[in-house]
Amino acid sequence: MNASDLPGSFSSFLRARGMEPRWDLPSGGSGLDAPEGTTVLAFRYQDGVIMAGDRRATAGNLIAHNRVQKVFSADRFSAVAISGTAGIAIELIRLFQTELEHYEKLEGHRLSLEGKANYLASMIRRQLPMAFQGLAVIPLFAGYDEEAGTGRLFSFDLVGGRYEEIDYTATGSGGRDAKLYLRGAFRPDTEEPAAIRLAVEALVRAAEEDSATGGPDLRRDIYPNVAIVDADGFREVPEEAVATTARDVLGGEW
Amino acid sequence: MVTVPYYVPPEQMMKDRAEFARKGIARGRSIVAVEYVDGIVIVAENPSGSLQKIGELYDRIAFAGVGKYNEFEALRVAGIRHADLKGYAYAREDVTAKGLANAYAQTLGHIFTQEIKPYEVEVMVAEAGRSADDNRIFRVTYDGTLYADQGVSAIGGRDEQLRSRLEASFGPGAPLATALGWARAAFEEEGADPIPPEAWEAAVIDRTLGRRGFRRLTVGEIAPRTS
Repeated sequence: MNASDLPGSFSSFLRARGMEPRWDLPSGGSGLDAPEGTTVLAFRYQDGVIMAGDRRATAGNLIAHNRVQKVFSADRFSAVAISGTAGIAIELIRLFQTELEHYEKLEGHRLSLEGKANYLASMIRRQLPMAFQGLAVIPLFAGYDEEAGTGRLFSFDLVGGRYEEIDYTATGSGGRDAKLYLRGAFRPDTEEPAAIRLAVEALVRAAEEDSATGGPDLRRDIYPNVAIVDADGFREVPEEAVATTARDVLGGEW
Repeated sequence: MVTVPYYVPPEQMMKDRAEFARKGIARGRSIVAVEYVDGIVIVAENPSGSLQKIGELYDRIAFAGVGKYNEFEALRVAGIRHADLKGYAYAREDVTAKGLANAYAQTLGHIFTQEIKPYEVEVMVAEAGRSADDNRIFRVTYDGTLYADQGVSAIGGRDEQLRSRLEASFGPGAPLATALGWARAAFEEEGADPIPPEAWEAAVIDRTLGRRGFRRLTVGEIAPRTS
């Protein structure tokens, strides 16, 4: 049984009314070049978790959009980032956000962090036929576990596998390079400003190696989205702070 | 023997149903709403700590229900579904208290005339607008009649008395503590016994709290010990 079939869930309500998001495709490959989101990453730092994503979406070897948002709040104490087919991923995130809020309002309390991660996994599992058509969605999920009092990270695979990560994780086309960078530079007790810097550095490194990842663009004022979840909840790092960090990081290397 | 089909005039039937519903509601306790500077505070006398009468419907829209718990709970759930569906299909700002109140009026009106037993409930839908002028408070009675109130509102057993007491004390732009004080005073003047602090349930919808402006008040906030 899939979690989104649970009676009382928002998805099952949508389905009963024939309103669930659906993408009907002909069999045998979509042949579509739908825009794809590329690199997102998350890691733990001293007070919780930090999540960041570049702003580029690509269609084949074209740059489709250069100001895409890939990091979102899932609810007050969690964040979700997307990679893969952007249009589908963004719709799934909207549904995920609505589902968490719906549950919270109906039941009078939030789902556990583990419950949210499992629910997201079940949503990805439902997308498996789409993944076979080349329209895959792979998110990252991170949040502050209110019961345990720590930040936690989850990564996913195409079939809805859910894996808890201890220190850091990344996904998308530049995810491997971002992870390689984090492997060397990650320290669990990093403070917030250093954590923001590390997130930007990892994205810059990914952008150097992977053409589908967009690094900070100082000329056009395009900077990564960076978000933090700690004991006080989710907050986005203001763009000026990311811009200052990005200028600093690039300045050091150029 | 042939059974004689008996005839009940529609006036009589409606009267009987209304009386039945009213009796059920009159047995229960009341809920009041008072506007304050940053939004609307809703206060209920509710000795049960776990079964709540006030709930969040949407970003700055709250629900309150009196009467039979299972009936207003079903209406609360239907309201959340209605709001979340609309917000998901269109956009968050397209969900309004007016739309929800209309849906409740339709539902309760239909149940009152069509079902075997009318619902023994009254519900309130309150929305904190971007400014005090955009605040909305609606209440819907058991037969689907919809009222729009301004400044103060009350539903339940002694709603009229509570409303007139609150109207007498109300002034626009008051701080939360003052508005809460008016609400508590109205209840205590209306009832015979003093109400212990744990027997209050209260929540605010506050436009300064960000996107989701619903917040439950703690016992300490509702009934400060200083007085």
